[in-house]
Amino acid sequence: MEIKLVSNSKIENVTNTKAYKGLENRPGNKSLFEKIFGKSNIGDFIFEKLTLLFAVLVLLLVILMAYEMYTNSRLSIAKFGWNFLISSTWDPVTEVYGALPVIYGTVVSSLLALLIAVPLGLGVAIFLSEIAPGWLEKPLSFLTELLAGIPSIVYGLWGIFVLVPWLRDHIEPYLSDHFGNLPFFQGAPYGFGMLAAALILSIMVLPIISSISRDILRSVPFSLREAAYGIGSTKWEVIKLVLSNARSGLLGAIMLGLGRAIGETMAVTMVIGNRPIISKSLFAPSYTMASVLANEFTEATSDMYLSALIELALVLFIITIIINIFAQLLVWSMNRKWKKG
Amino acid sequence: MEKRLEINKLSFFRRKIVNAIMLTLSLLAAIITIIPLIFIFYYTISKGVSYLNLDFFLHMPKPVGEAGGGMANAIVGTLILIGIGGAIGIPVGILTGTYLSEFGNNKFGFMVRFLADVLSGIPSIVVGVVAYTMVVIPMRHFSALAGGIALAILMIPTITRTTEEMIRLVPQSYREAGLALGIQKWKTTVLIVLRTAWKGIATGILLGLSRAAGETAPLLFTALGNRFWSTNVFQPMASLTVYIYDYARAPFEDWNKQAWTAALVLIMIISIFSLIFRIITRSKYKV
Repeated sequence: MEIKLVSNSKIENVTNTKAYKGLENRPGNKSLFEKIFGKSNIGDFIFEKLTLLFAVLVLLLVILMAYEMYTNSRLSIAKFGWNFLISSTWDPVTEVYGALPVIYGTVVSSLLALLIAVPLGLGVAIFLSEIAPGWLEKPLSFLTELLAGIPSIVYGLWGIFVLVPWLRDHIEPYLSDHFGNLPFFQGAPYGFGMLAAALILSIMVLPIISSISRDILRSVPFSLREAAYGIGSTKWEVIKLVLSNARSGLLGAIMLGLGRAIGETMAVTMVIGNRPIISKSLFAPSYTMASVLANEFTEATSDMYLSALIELALVLFIITIIINIFAQLLVWSMNRKWKKG
Repeated sequence: MEKRLEINKLSFFRRKIVNAIMLTLSLLAAIITIIPLIFIFYYTISKGVSYLNLDFFLHMPKPVGEAGGGMANAIVGTLILIGIGGAIGIPVGILTGTYLSEFGNNKFGFMVRFLADVLSGIPSIVVGVVAYTMVVIPMRHFSALAGGIALAILMIPTITRTTEEMIRLVPQSYREAGLALGIQKWKTTVLIVLRTAWKGIATGILLGLSRAAGETAPLLFTALGNRFWSTNVFQPMASLTVYIYDYARAPFEDWNKQAWTAALVLIMIISIFSLIFRIITRSKYKV
């Protein structure tokens, strides 16, 4: 998921200028087509409307997605209502569906991932935009983008066969030996569980946070840095100034990372252990909304089960849409700020 | 006076220390980020290479217990699935992008642009669920078509936004030159503007296609997977990613090894995509 920053360069399109419009609206000599549609050329008219049609299609697509999920989950919405979100029983046998444990798993795994990925991602962004010399910056940017291009399933494969055994044999026994009295590090070290999911998620959202933050830091005008150097600031003090000027955009970058972490499916499903329980321990297995869908969708035998799963998808859709709207607004406003100033 | 100088010196020293620490931490973050990348590539190549031979590309999967076999059906399946996705997603993406840059300087254009960005953040599994309710339920069975549609929905935002950005980069004077020659506006857009921006648009398409090739979640309950040879788009179809998922969780060591090989082949396909597009765009259309 790469988010291109909007170029706000206000290029005046020649066909939008008064002169051109005047040309189109010239009196006399109008063909019948021109009189009806106000355009001088059938080709132009068709082309504009054709592209408009597809733009409308994209708009409708988002609405259609929400509508499809809503109509197909009515059964479950009618039966459980808001209880769906606060009940903690997820039992396909007795047909009782409450999404609290999986919402908990989703939120906690994503936040833990951010806990690791945000400092690292910002560090990389600072390094790339402020510190690294040109010859180092390009290959390093390329490598972080490569990290973003690896398919989720490959991360999952690596998680199952490399990360999980490593956690099980080395990291988790160490943590439980030394910090075992904390509630976070109790229970048997299976490897599969919240810790593995959080780690793999953090690797996956890191390139997103770092590449968007890098672009945002770069959009801060150079005069600001020059002014700070001019009054004798050290490099770090200049960076602090740049960061504080870019905070809203950086927050947007972090939220885009959060949105990605919440929706991430394959890698998490393969390492999180897939059990709908709420546990404080990071070693315990957990479950996320996306992994419930991945695991149980094809097994849904009854209409109610399917409906509950689609409602879960709807909840996931709404959460990610809200997060993304906020994130995009923050990133966009950041770009505006400097372009206008 | 003496004392103040002393304090200044002290604080200058402290500032320099903080500066050094912070810059080192930042460098450290960059190094730590690269480590997983190296690990993942190392394991994928070293573990995947053992099964990488011609058989893997030419043969069908063997039943459990029999050694050997390949994933010919999955490789073809993946290519067909991205083909369907591209056939729907590329035209929609390019035309929407064209609208946004050429006619979209209004509220509606702003809204579409914003929604395209938001759409790119929607989890792929949710797109899979939508493709299931829209295509699989009415057709009453899983099909490659449903999978292709899900992939198309995932490609559209990437292609749309890249196309728009790239068309915006074409200098205004090109459009004016076309119009001044009396070329109709739509021809100017298609023959001059789009053609000039083609290189960038192709990069967007490549990005969309290679991402689609790596998607698993939206295929799980649309294209489903198929252990047999099938090129019928109205039937379930195998794909490399779903194979990796199934084989990685299977309790057979032989299958686990094949999962690594499939991952390696997947990464190879993605790299080949990027290579082909680079060669085409370099040689033919120079901006």
